[in-house]
Amino acid sequence: MKLKMFAVLGMACALTACSGDHKNHDNDGDGQNTQQMSQGPVPGSQADLVATAGDRVYFELNKNQLNSEGRATLDKQAAWLARYPQVNILVAGNCDDRGTEEYNIALGQRRANAAREYLEAKGVAPARIMTISYGKDRPTADGDTPEAWAQNRNAITSVR
Amino acid sequence: MSFFSDTEAELLQKHLSRRSLLGGVAAGGVLVTPLALLGSRSARAASGNAPAEITVAGAHQAPIPIVVPDFGPGLGNQISGVISSDLSSTGLFQVMGGTVPASVQPDFSALKARGARVAVAGSATGADHVRVEMRLWDVVAGQQMEGRAYTASPSNWRRIAHIIADSIYKRLLGEDGYFDTRIAYISRTGPRRHQATRLAIMDQDGANAHMLTNGNWLTLEPRFSPISEQLAFLSYANNRPRVYVYDLNTGQQTILGTFEGISFAPRFSPDGRSIILSATTKDGGADLYLIDLATQHRRRLTSAPGVIDTSPCFSPDGQNIVFNSDRGGSPQLYVMSANGGNAHRISYGNGHYGSPVWSPRGDQIAFVRIGSGGFTLGVMGPDGVGERSLTQGFTVESPSFAPNGRALAFCRQNAAGAGGAGFTSSIAVIDVAGFNEHIIPTTTGASDPAWSPLRR
Repeated sequence: MKLKMFAVLGMACALTACSGDHKNHDNDGDGQNTQQMSQGPVPGSQADLVATAGDRVYFELNKNQLNSEGRATLDKQAAWLARYPQVNILVAGNCDDRGTEEYNIALGQRRANAAREYLEAKGVAPARIMTISYGKDRPTADGDTPEAWAQNRNAITSVR
Repeated sequence: MSFFSDTEAELLQKHLSRRSLLGGVAAGGVLVTPLALLGSRSARAASGNAPAEITVAGAHQAPIPIVVPDFGPGLGNQISGVISSDLSSTGLFQVMGGTVPASVQPDFSALKARGARVAVAGSATGADHVRVEMRLWDVVAGQQMEGRAYTASPSNWRRIAHIIADSIYKRLLGEDGYFDTRIAYISRTGPRRHQATRLAIMDQDGANAHMLTNGNWLTLEPRFSPISEQLAFLSYANNRPRVYVYDLNTGQQTILGTFEGISFAPRFSPDGRSIILSATTKDGGADLYLIDLATQHRRRLTSAPGVIDTSPCFSPDGQNIVFNSDRGGSPQLYVMSANGGNAHRISYGNGHYGSPVWSPRGDQIAFVRIGSGGFTLGVMGPDGVGERSLTQGFTVESPSFAPNGRALAFCRQNAAGAGGAGFTSSIAVIDVAGFNEHIIPTTTGASDPAWSPLRR
C-alpha cells in the first residue's frame, strides 16, 4: 500500500506544481507517511488531506455517533474529495483497548461505517470508499491513559 | 516395522485407548506397552482397574505429595524434569525429588516418612529408540498403581514425558490430563503502535514454539479443530480481513466462505465439521454464520439490524451457542439454541461482558468482564448463575479451556506507559477454581491462546 501511495504521489508531483498549505502534522501509525516538501503537501495527497481537512474523527467510549467536530472534519473531507475525484480512500475504524479484541473489531467497523455513510451523504461516491477495522490493534496513541484512549477511538481516512 | 511382540501388541489393544499406535514409532508416535508387575502378590492384586482416585474437584485442596526421581543420565534426566514440571504446573501436586529404584519395590516406609503419598519410578534406555519405563507406586497402600513402557524416537522425548505425566494425572485424579497438548497463539513483536503479529504454535509448556506465518499482515484469533490438524484464524492479508483455515500438516491456508464485510471470531463446532463465525454488516452490526466445512454451505444464525453479535462458542454437546451481543445496548453474554432461536441474556453483573467460551465439561462458561477497574476473567453457569471471578488485570482476555476443562489459558497484558513502554502481552494459565496462575514462557509477546485437544 505504501509503495502504491508513493507512486501516486510521484505522479501527482510531476503533473502539478507542489504547493499548498504547509503544516507539520503528527502522522503517527497506519503508514500515513507524509511527503514533506518545502512547497507544502502535494495536492490530492494524504498530507494535503491532513492539512486541508484533517484525516480523523473521534468517538465516545463504545459509541459510533459523530460529534459536531467530527462532522465538520468529514464535511471538509467530502469537499476535498470533490476537488480530487481521482482519489480513493480507505476509512479505518479503531478502538481503545478497553473492550475485547473481537467486539472491538465489529465496533471499529461500525465507526468506519459511520464515517463512510456521512461522506456518502455528502456526495462522495460509494465506490471510492473502502472501509476496514483494526479493532484495538492499531492504537495511534501509545500510553494507556484516558487521553490516549480518546485518541484511539477514531476513524482515520487515508488516500489509497 | 514391528517393535513389539504379538503378545505385547494384544496387550496394547486391551490397555490403550487414546495412546494408540497412530503414526508409529518412526513417524513420531509413542508406543506404549504395559510393564510386568514387580514384587509381591499384593502388588499384583492392586493392579486391577479399581482407581485410587484422589478427588480435587471444586475448590483448591492440598496438593498430592508425589516423589518424582531423576530417571537417570541424559534423556532420563530431561524426561523426569518435564514430568515434574508438568505435574507442578497444575498446582494439584507437590512434587518432591528423591530416589526410587526402577526395578524393585521402593522402601515404602522411607517414602511415607517423607510425607509422600505417591512415588514414580522410571528409567530411560536405548539410543535409536528410547524406551522409558515408568511405574507409579501408592506409597500409603504399598502397591503398584501403574506400570508402562514407552518407546519412541529420541527426538520425541518431550512427548513421552507429557504422556507419562498425563497417565499419572489420570491415575491419580480420575480424568484425562492436558500435558500432551499444544497451544496455538499470536506472537507479537515490535512497538505497541504497530506490532507484527504471527500465527504461532507451541507445546502447552512453551517448548517447541514456532511461527506459522511471516508477520506481514495483522493476524489474530487462532482456534483449534477438535478433530484434525487445522486452525481457523483471522488474517488481514491484502487488507481483506477474513477467516482462513490453516492446515498444520501442509501449511496451506484456505479462505473460509465469502462475506462482504469482515469475517472474524471463528470457532469450530464440537464435531469439527463446521465453523461458526461473525461477519460485519453494512449497517454497523455483525451477524453469526455457521459454515459447513465440507460443502462451504453457510447459514445465517442471527440478523438483528445494526446489532453486533460476535464471539460465538458452541456448548460441548452442540445444542447451544453462547455469544457476545450488544442487542440490549451494551456488550453482554447471550445463549441461544444451535439453530439460532431463543436467545436469552445470561450476564447481569456490573460492566460489559465478552469473549465467552464454553467449558468442555459443559457446566461453565468462562468470560471477560470489563469494568472501570479493568478486566476480570470469570466463570458462570450456562444459565448465568454462580458467577465468580478467577483473576483480574489491566487486560485479561481470550480465555481458552484445556481439553479437560480444568485449566484456562488466557492473554494477560499490562498497561502501556508513555511511548508505549511497559506494555507486555503474555499467555497465562489458571486453574478454573481460580488458583495457581502462571505465565507460559514465550520468546516473543503472545496473545490469543487456543488450547489443542489431547494429541492422539
